[in-house]
Amino acid sequence: MTDFTQLGVKQIRDGVAGGDFTAREVAESFNAAVAAAAELNAFIVTTPDHALAAADATDAKRAKGEDLGKMGGVPIGMKDLFATKGVQTTAASHILEGFKPEYESTVSQNLWDAGAGMLGKLNLDQFAMGSSNETSYFGNVSSPWKKDGTNAAMSPGGSSGGSSSAVAARIAPAATGTDTGGSIRQPAAFTGICGIKPTYGRCSRWGVVAFASSLDQAGPMARSVEDCAIMLEAMAGFDPKDATSLQMDVPNWEAALSADLKGKKIGIPKEYRMDGTDQAILDSWEQGKAMLRDAGAEIVDVSLPHTKYALPAYYIIAPAEASSNLARYDGVRYGLRDLPEGAGLQDMYAATRAAGFGDEVKRRVLIGTYVLSAGFYDAYYTQAQKIRTLVAQDFEKAFEQCDVILAPTTPTASFPLGSLNDDPLTMYLNDVFAVPASLAGLPAMSVPATINEDGLPLGLQIVGKPFDEQGVLNAGLAIQQRAGFEAQPEKWW
Amino acid sequence: MGAARAASAQPMSVTREEVAKIASLARIKMGDEELDRMVPELNNILDWVEQLGEVDTSGVEPMTAVIPNTLRLRDDVVDAIPETSGGRREDVLANAPVAEHGFFGVPKVIE
Repeated sequence: MTDFTQLGVKQIRDGVAGGDFTAREVAESFNAAVAAAAELNAFIVTTPDHALAAADATDAKRAKGEDLGKMGGVPIGMKDLFATKGVQTTAASHILEGFKPEYESTVSQNLWDAGAGMLGKLNLDQFAMGSSNETSYFGNVSSPWKKDGTNAAMSPGGSSGGSSSAVAARIAPAATGTDTGGSIRQPAAFTGICGIKPTYGRCSRWGVVAFASSLDQAGPMARSVEDCAIMLEAMAGFDPKDATSLQMDVPNWEAALSADLKGKKIGIPKEYRMDGTDQAILDSWEQGKAMLRDAGAEIVDVSLPHTKYALPAYYIIAPAEASSNLARYDGVRYGLRDLPEGAGLQDMYAATRAAGFGDEVKRRVLIGTYVLSAGFYDAYYTQAQKIRTLVAQDFEKAFEQCDVILAPTTPTASFPLGSLNDDPLTMYLNDVFAVPASLAGLPAMSVPATINEDGLPLGLQIVGKPFDEQGVLNAGLAIQQRAGFEAQPEKWW
Repeated sequence: MGAARAASAQPMSVTREEVAKIASLARIKMGDEELDRMVPELNNILDWVEQLGEVDTSGVEPMTAVIPNTLRLRDDVVDAIPETSGGRREDVLANAPVAEHGFFGVPKVIE
C-alpha cells in the first residue's frame, strides 16, 4: 500500500486525477499523521473535517469528469496568519485567541478554489515576529530534525516554523508561509525543504494578518521545486481588494520548469561572505556554484555593497510598520479585552495590549513607535528608507550582469530551542542573508543543499529579478536535481 | 558617531522615562520590572541600527514603493466588492468582546 504521507503535491494531484487513489484516502492519511504528531506542536488547531470535505468534493468532481484544479485532492497546512472563515485565526497571539473571521483570505480561497483542503492552522512566531518559532503564545514548535547524538528539541526556524516542521515531518505535503524578512526561506533551510517568496504583490495580502505591509508576501513551502511552482500558481493572482496587488497574469511556472541553464549567468555576491558564517555553509555555496555550472550556467562575481546595512534598516522599517499595523488591537473590535475594575477607555487599551502581546511583539512595537516619533523620524525611519533604496539599486546593478543570484539562505544551521533567547540581536542575525531580497521586493527561494556534519539540513538561496519567479525556480530545480537531497528526519514524535 | 546621530539633537539611547513614555504612546501598560528589562534591550537594538548613520544618503530618495505599481481607482459603485462593503453589521460585530444594540461596547467615556 502506498504511504500517502511520503507523496508531494504533484504526486498527489496526478495520482488523484489518474485514479490511482482517492483524495479521501490521502486526506485520511494526513489527518492521522497530523493527529499523531502533537509533540511537534506544529498546528494550533487541526481541521480534519475541512480536509475530508475538500477531498470528497474532489473525488465527486472526478466521478463526474470535471476539472480537479491545480491542487485537486491535495491537503495542506495553512499558516495561522491567514484569515479562514469560521476557523480560529490567531497569528499565534493571545490577543487574537478565539478570533473566528467572518471572511476568507484571498490566498486561502484561491487554494480551496484550486481543489486543496485544509489540515489545520499552523503555528508560527507571534505576528510572524521571530526566527525560531519561540514567540508563539501557543508554545514552541519543534523541528522534526535532531542534531546527531543529541536529544535537544531543535528550532524549525521562523516565523513559518509550523509550516516548515509539518512539511519536513511529512504530516503535510505542503503549507503556506509568509515572508517579511526571511520567514519562508530561513525555516525552509532549517528543515531541508523548499520555499519561495514571490515578487512583492504576486500574492494578495487581503486577509493576511499584517506585520510590515511593504514587505509581507505569502508563498508556498513544500518538499520540491515542482511542488512550489504548482502551489504558487494556485496562490498568486491579481486581487482588487489589495492595493499593492500586481495586475499581471500568473505565468504557468510548472509547465515552463527547466533545469537547463545554458546561457544564464549566476551572480555570486562577495558581500555575503560574512564573518560568523559556518564553514559548512560556505562549502555548500561552492557546491551550489558547481551544480549550476554543471547545468550550463556561467558564474560571475557581483557586488551588493549595502548588504551589511540591510538588516539594521529592516529592523527600523519592519517595527515601524508593525507599530502602525498592530494599533488595531484595541480590545474593542475583536480579540482579547482586559478591562480592569473602574478603568476608562485608554486604560483598557493599555491593559489589553499588555496582556495580549508577547515580549518580542512589545519590543518591536516600542522600537517602531520610537523611530516614528517626532524628532527621530528622519534620523531613523527616513534614513532606513533611503538605505532601502540603495539596497534595491544594488540588486538592479547586479542584475545587469547576471540573471539570478546564488547565496546561502542562513549563516548557520538550526540551533536548539532556547539557545538564542538571551539576546534579540543574535536572533535577528539569522535573517542577514534573507532580508536584502525582502527589502527589494524580489522573488527568492531556498532549496535544500546538503546535510552538515551534525546531521542538520542546509539550504541555498536563489534571488531573481522582479517578476522572474521562473528564473528562480529553474535554478532551484537545477540544484535540486544535482544535490539529490533525500534525507528525512528520523521519526521520534 | 554617524550622520544619523549628528542629524538629531539628542543622543540615540533611551532612558527609563523615555521607554515609559513610548510604552504609553503605544498604549502598552508596563510595570517596573518589564521597563527595567526593556531599557537595555531597546538600547542594544538602537546602538546596532546606529551604523546606518555611516551611509552617505545625500541625494537618495527614500523608498516609497518597492515594486513600481500604479494605484488603481475602482469603479464608483456602491458595494462593488461584497466582502468590503456595507450591510454586514452582524459580521463586523461578530468577534467584538462586547457588542450592544448593534454597536461596539466600550467603557463610559463621558461622565
